[in-house]
Amino acid sequence: MAQFVARRLLEAVVVVFLALTAVFCLQFLAGDPVKLFLPTDTTPKQIEEYRTRLGFNDPLVVQYVRFMRGALRGDFGNSLRQQQEPALRLVLDRFPATLSLSAVAMLLALGTAIPIGVISAARRNSWFDHLGIGTTVLGQAIPGFWLGLMLIYVFAVWLRWLPTSGRGTWLHYIMPAVTLAAFVSARFARFTRSMMLDVLGQDYIRTARAKGLAPPRVLYKHALKNASLPIVTLLALQLGQLLGGAVITETIFAWPGVGRFLVQALLNRDFPVVLVGVFLTAVMYSGLNLAADLAYAWLNPRIRYA
Amino acid sequence: MLSLPLNRSGALGLITVGIVMVTAVLAPFLSAYGPVDSDLVRSLQAPSRTHWFGTDQLGRDLFTRILYGARVSLAIGLVTVGIAGAIGLILGVISGYLGGVVDVILMRLVDVQLSFPFILLALVVNAILGIGLQNIIITLIITGWVVYARLVRGEVLALKALDYVEAARALGAPAARIIRHHLLPNLWTPIIILSSLQVAQFIVAEAAISFLGFGVQPPMASWGNMLNEGKTYIYNAWWMTTFPGLALVLTALGVNLIGDWLRDTLDPRLTT
Repeated sequence: MAQFVARRLLEAVVVVFLALTAVFCLQFLAGDPVKLFLPTDTTPKQIEEYRTRLGFNDPLVVQYVRFMRGALRGDFGNSLRQQQEPALRLVLDRFPATLSLSAVAMLLALGTAIPIGVISAARRNSWFDHLGIGTTVLGQAIPGFWLGLMLIYVFAVWLRWLPTSGRGTWLHYIMPAVTLAAFVSARFARFTRSMMLDVLGQDYIRTARAKGLAPPRVLYKHALKNASLPIVTLLALQLGQLLGGAVITETIFAWPGVGRFLVQALLNRDFPVVLVGVFLTAVMYSGLNLAADLAYAWLNPRIRYA
Repeated sequence: MLSLPLNRSGALGLITVGIVMVTAVLAPFLSAYGPVDSDLVRSLQAPSRTHWFGTDQLGRDLFTRILYGARVSLAIGLVTVGIAGAIGLILGVISGYLGGVVDVILMRLVDVQLSFPFILLALVVNAILGIGLQNIIITLIITGWVVYARLVRGEVLALKALDYVEAARALGAPAARIIRHHLLPNLWTPIIILSSLQVAQFIVAEAAISFLGFGVQPPMASWGNMLNEGKTYIYNAWWMTTFPGLALVLTALGVNLIGDWLRDTLDPRLTT
């Protein structure tokens, strides 16, 4: 087990390292990063000064080594837009907002999806099942950004119940969290349903029923517990997807989180900030993948990793 | 393909996508307006008999723009899936069949790409490549081939171990012949199933990227950038956000239904 963890950790480190290298290379594909963000009326002399000051005149290898050394120390340089501010701090400052939104969205997704999945499976082909399946198919086809816009129209413009943007009260959480949860929830409900159907066909469920256990007990204690293993794995992977979804949701609702900040940095060609965003995403995503593998091994002792 | 038994979701999906395709192709004949004809006097008009879906802030007919937007969406969906699929297929076969160092390097590349949420990766690549129709296609190809490569590699590894492939190898058949006659015919089913689901994902990804202000730029009509423009006018023109979104959802739904149908009929072992 320890060996397995060590190997997976090493793999995660390699992936993060390669991701950083890829982004470092990509920023030069876009053309001269300095020219792209300076105003068009800047004189060539000023551009040259800027290039030297930011180190863009050094050979690529030197720039790369400097970049990697900095990254190891958590130093990605200062933001090109907000001088004096380290890019890492700017991004980290916005992390709590993204985390709290993702957490609320995940709770919402699980709280709706698992009951829907379990009941749909228990009453296969009932009207509830058909309704549930229909909703999840729709939920997977509706892109988050459109759902967000429609929610704003109905609940903010038309009914005037909820605020459209920002973060302050719990009311601010409702629309962004629903938007973010919708897609994940649809996938979870479908997945839970098919896992439950699988388990409900097993012999031990028939035994439990035959010995006269109450149906809810069979459903939750015997079936759901056994179906929970793949669901936990999906949970970790979907947490990563929430990070991607946050980019769009936060932009729509002007949520002051990492996602929106990253979009603005991309629009402004603020590469140090983009690099930090990519780095942190790669770290978190790899970490969650690792967590999924470990949770799997921990929950199911039959799995042995060589 | 024609002999596939049609079920309800398949029929529904085919009809939806069929309608979108036909209207996209016939756009100039279905509407009296051009996609970029602006008429400032008639800006932000609600749906009416002359403008079925209303007009936008420049007085352009939304119905017309949605029809032309369908061209962009479908073209992007189909072209990117075709090219990304071909690249993924080739690299997946190479990786799975040859194994060794090539396999390790390719799969690490795949791992790196998969260590990002798809939409975020596409956004970063597109922002770096620059805006425009061509660049969004390149973006989606760069971000999309990995799924195919991983799938194909896995299938090839499984197929390689089968008796008839081993027999062919033992008889001294060249690699090209084994790949063409024994591997490829078995790869089409998973590739078709994956592709049908990828088309929907790419269409939505394009819309999302254009919605955020990258990707396809105005005045060219794309459902994503129409929604982006509509966002600004959400307080006085509900039609600008409603109709392009509906078009997107219906198309994505139709493609997904076709995907579900293909998966259920071509490969009954798979369930989700």
